[in-house]
Amino acid sequence: MTIIAVASIVTAGLTTGIGVLGPALGEGRAVATALSSLAQQPDASATITRTLFVGLAMIESTAIYCFVVSMILIFANPFWNSVIAHPAGK
Amino acid sequence: MHLSPDQMVLWRHGAFKLNATIAYTWCLMFVLAAGSKLVTRRLSFGPDRSRWQNFLEIIVTGIEQQIEAVGLSRPRSYLPFLGTLFLFLAMAALCTIVPGYEPPTASLSTTAALALCVLVAVPLFGILDQGLGSYLASYLQPTVIMLPFNIISEFSRTLALAVRLFGNMMSGSMIVAILLTLTPFIFPLVMTLLGLLTGMVQAYIFSILAAVYIAAATRSSELARQPRAAAGTGASTDEHT
Repeated sequence: MTIIAVASIVTAGLTTGIGVLGPALGEGRAVATALSSLAQQPDASATITRTLFVGLAMIESTAIYCFVVSMILIFANPFWNSVIAHPAGK
Repeated sequence: MHLSPDQMVLWRHGAFKLNATIAYTWCLMFVLAAGSKLVTRRLSFGPDRSRWQNFLEIIVTGIEQQIEAVGLSRPRSYLPFLGTLFLFLAMAALCTIVPGYEPPTASLSTTAALALCVLVAVPLFGILDQGLGSYLASYLQPTVIMLPFNIISEFSRTLALAVRLFGNMMSGSMIVAILLTLTPFIFPLVMTLLGLLTGMVQAYIFSILAAVYIAAATRSSELARQPRAAAGTGASTDEHT
């Protein structure tokens, strides 16, 4: 029983901790490129800004997947019920 | 602490449960419909009009311009669907100001329902624009081998829409709930403001992505017509450019 709890908590922490590294770096690069292209062509700022937001939403989706998995592990753990149904000792 | 407003049950009768998601969704629908009905009771075409009519006109023309900027010709025919999506999601995020309110989009049921609406609407608009045969042929672009990947991408886009909106709205309300148990003063207020901002951005993102998917489904017709027109001697029978 404890090993399920320990595994869930550790995995939940590691999932969000490691999972948001990639999207954060990607979003930084996207915003940097958008800023430099805004400096080059300020009259296309509406298109650039809109495309930037759409791209950021797509990049952020993977970070949100990791967050949802962490939340499920902590608050809606599917293995918790079967563990409680069979009392400790198994 | 609850994971979603689905778990806040307001009324129960046998197997039927009225949870906060359904209640708040119907409240939003009522506010939007009744508000619009009240404002559009007496529309004026002249230069002097009520400020609420002005406000609604700004919103409607703004959405129409955004739809056109995405690349959809005739934005009026897509305005009801995409405009309603944006208005519902924006209102759901905006009402966080009201105390005691939980956005219904913080529940996976609501976001999954909206994503399913987009899943149905994209082929519908594609078939209405191109015809059934030409729309189905677009799944074989660029080669026949891409057919399973195109089908999978349809469903994964829908899933991504639902989970993205759910994750953003749920995280906003959950962070506020956690902070309220730690520092119940100014900090939860700041996080509520941040949740409001992300809610509005996510409403915009959802509707713009729906518009982009619809544009991809209807634009294949233009891309397919041009090579055929160019393959002829330049004077083809029906040129839609």
